[in-house]
Amino acid sequence: MSTKSKSIESKTDFNQDERLQKVSKLKILLNRPELGALGGAILVFIFFGIVAGDTGMFSAYGILNFLDVSANLGIIAIAAAMLMIGGEFDLSIGSMIGFAGICIAIPAIYWGWPLWMSIIFAFSMAVLVGYFNGILVVRTGLPSFIVTLAMLFILRGATLALTRLITGRTQVPGLRVLIENDPIAWIFATDTFKWLFTWLGSMNLIALRTDGTPLATGIPPSVIWFIALAIISTWILMKTRYGNWIFASGGDKNGANNVGVPVGRVKISLFIGTAVAATIFATIQVLDAGSADTMRGTLKELEAIAAAVVGGCLLTGGYGSAIGAAFGAIIFGTVSMGIFYTDVDTDWFKVFLGAMMLVAVIFNNYIRRKVTESK
Amino acid sequence: MSDYLVQFNNISKFFGKVIALKDVTMKLRKGEIMCLLGDNGAGKSTLIKTLAGVHKPDEGEIIIEGKKTIFDSPKDALDMGIATVYQDLALVSLMSVTRNFFMGREPLKGPPFFKTFDIEKANKIAAERMGQIGIDVRDPSQAVGTMSGGERQCLAISRAIYFGAKVLVLDEPTSALGVHQASVVLKYIVKAASQGLAVILITHNVHHAYPVGNSFTVLNRGKSLGTYEKKNITREKLLSMMAGGEELDKLEVELKEMNRLSTN
Repeated sequence: MSTKSKSIESKTDFNQDERLQKVSKLKILLNRPELGALGGAILVFIFFGIVAGDTGMFSAYGILNFLDVSANLGIIAIAAAMLMIGGEFDLSIGSMIGFAGICIAIPAIYWGWPLWMSIIFAFSMAVLVGYFNGILVVRTGLPSFIVTLAMLFILRGATLALTRLITGRTQVPGLRVLIENDPIAWIFATDTFKWLFTWLGSMNLIALRTDGTPLATGIPPSVIWFIALAIISTWILMKTRYGNWIFASGGDKNGANNVGVPVGRVKISLFIGTAVAATIFATIQVLDAGSADTMRGTLKELEAIAAAVVGGCLLTGGYGSAIGAAFGAIIFGTVSMGIFYTDVDTDWFKVFLGAMMLVAVIFNNYIRRKVTESK
Repeated sequence: MSDYLVQFNNISKFFGKVIALKDVTMKLRKGEIMCLLGDNGAGKSTLIKTLAGVHKPDEGEIIIEGKKTIFDSPKDALDMGIATVYQDLALVSLMSVTRNFFMGREPLKGPPFFKTFDIEKANKIAAERMGQIGIDVRDPSQAVGTMSGGERQCLAISRAIYFGAKVLVLDEPTSALGVHQASVVLKYIVKAASQGLAVILITHNVHHAYPVGNSFTVLNRGKSLGTYEKKNITREKLLSMMAGGEELDKLEVELKEMNRLSTN
């Protein structure tokens, strides 16, 4: 035994394989999942810069307008991307948005709760819904596509039925007056950097209303949430143990389990993440509009998934990035608003959305083969 | 005989009426490679899962370093130093070498509650460990998917050793590999054993097992056909035992008989 092992050379020779070629830094960069979305976003800006550069699109007001739309979508797209990297889908995001809106509005308007309490109530319900989605997927082993599709109908139906039962209609207005002096609502309803816009207005650098106040009053809360979530999610994915577990759970559930990754807990937490993101989306919109609508958020789950896919997430899990999803959301938000500034009929937006997604999927598939191809 | 590192004495496992394993006994010293040979359906997978703590044996005892032990979970087995490398290797091909190496056991740094995955340290260790077995990982952040089958197998084994394996259970480590790659992996297994690990090598390939094994246990239909020291058995004898030699002899006779009848 010992004589035999001594005769074995300690160095073996994988690396001398002449078929291996050196990988350049550029190629490593090209392998980053968010690259496609970044490139797409730049192209979109160049396109509108040329086509709509002399319209109001790139005024402060115009920029904030499409950033707001992008940010709202981005909030749910980032959470959807995290879940997709973890290997699952959530089709109930859109219904959760409607449900969360009602969870805020009905207690606040009909039951006389303070607004902050109904906001906390909505977030608690989100945690419950997310946990329920997660535990159902993890315990039954059913595809999350089916489980959350069921939840899509259940939540939307319950939202509609309960709202009509309690209020007799499908919209709950009257929230705007409650925002003032509320200890929590401002987190979702305050425009920031107002001083900057006032100053820019006073310097005549941005457009003013007839009364002299700037047209764009400040950075909307959605943008702040969006940026914060993009940074936090990217940090989680790249820099923490939990991030590694997300990639592992999505990449190979059994393998991850075998080396001690708590796959079930990771997935459940990600489902809670999408439901909570939907609730952030809902809270911002409900407080901005001053009313909750039972149909709010319809089809948003598909837009979120589309943005995540454009951002480089694989439908099979284990690969993707939060920043990519953020860029995906910026692409969609910019195009959906920018199309108003062009002569193109807005009906074409959905065509663009679909085509963009198709290109992204083909591109991602190619990248995945590049990354995983073995010798 | 307490100089055995691990002993599996008279292990039996039943699934309902099915006897998956019956009275299987295996003993290993440090630095030994025992090859577990068996045809498909011989009970290899059940035995591996019993060693790994996935199944609890219905009869028999597991003794590790002289202490009788019961594994309640795969984690228990792992904590006792029994590391199982399954055929799927528990590697995620889309993830980097480093992220795979430390999957589930990431080194952390930073203050409590803000602990981050110490990627620099992890990269360093992963590259170092892979370097020791002669795999030059140019970039530990490259995806495992770009590695060859042999490299992946070595990565999985190397990871098990790094995380304190005393007994290495390898499930068909060479089955998916070409001749060259297989020999590299086998070399690495011998090297691991020479550093004091006990290795249980599960395979159906006698040609891979015979050169590296110190002893051979042949499983057939859930029963052990015995354990043989290398000096007491030839490759040919092992082959015929494994293939169920008598069975094939019988088949040969039957075929001859059929031939004779059809030519008549």
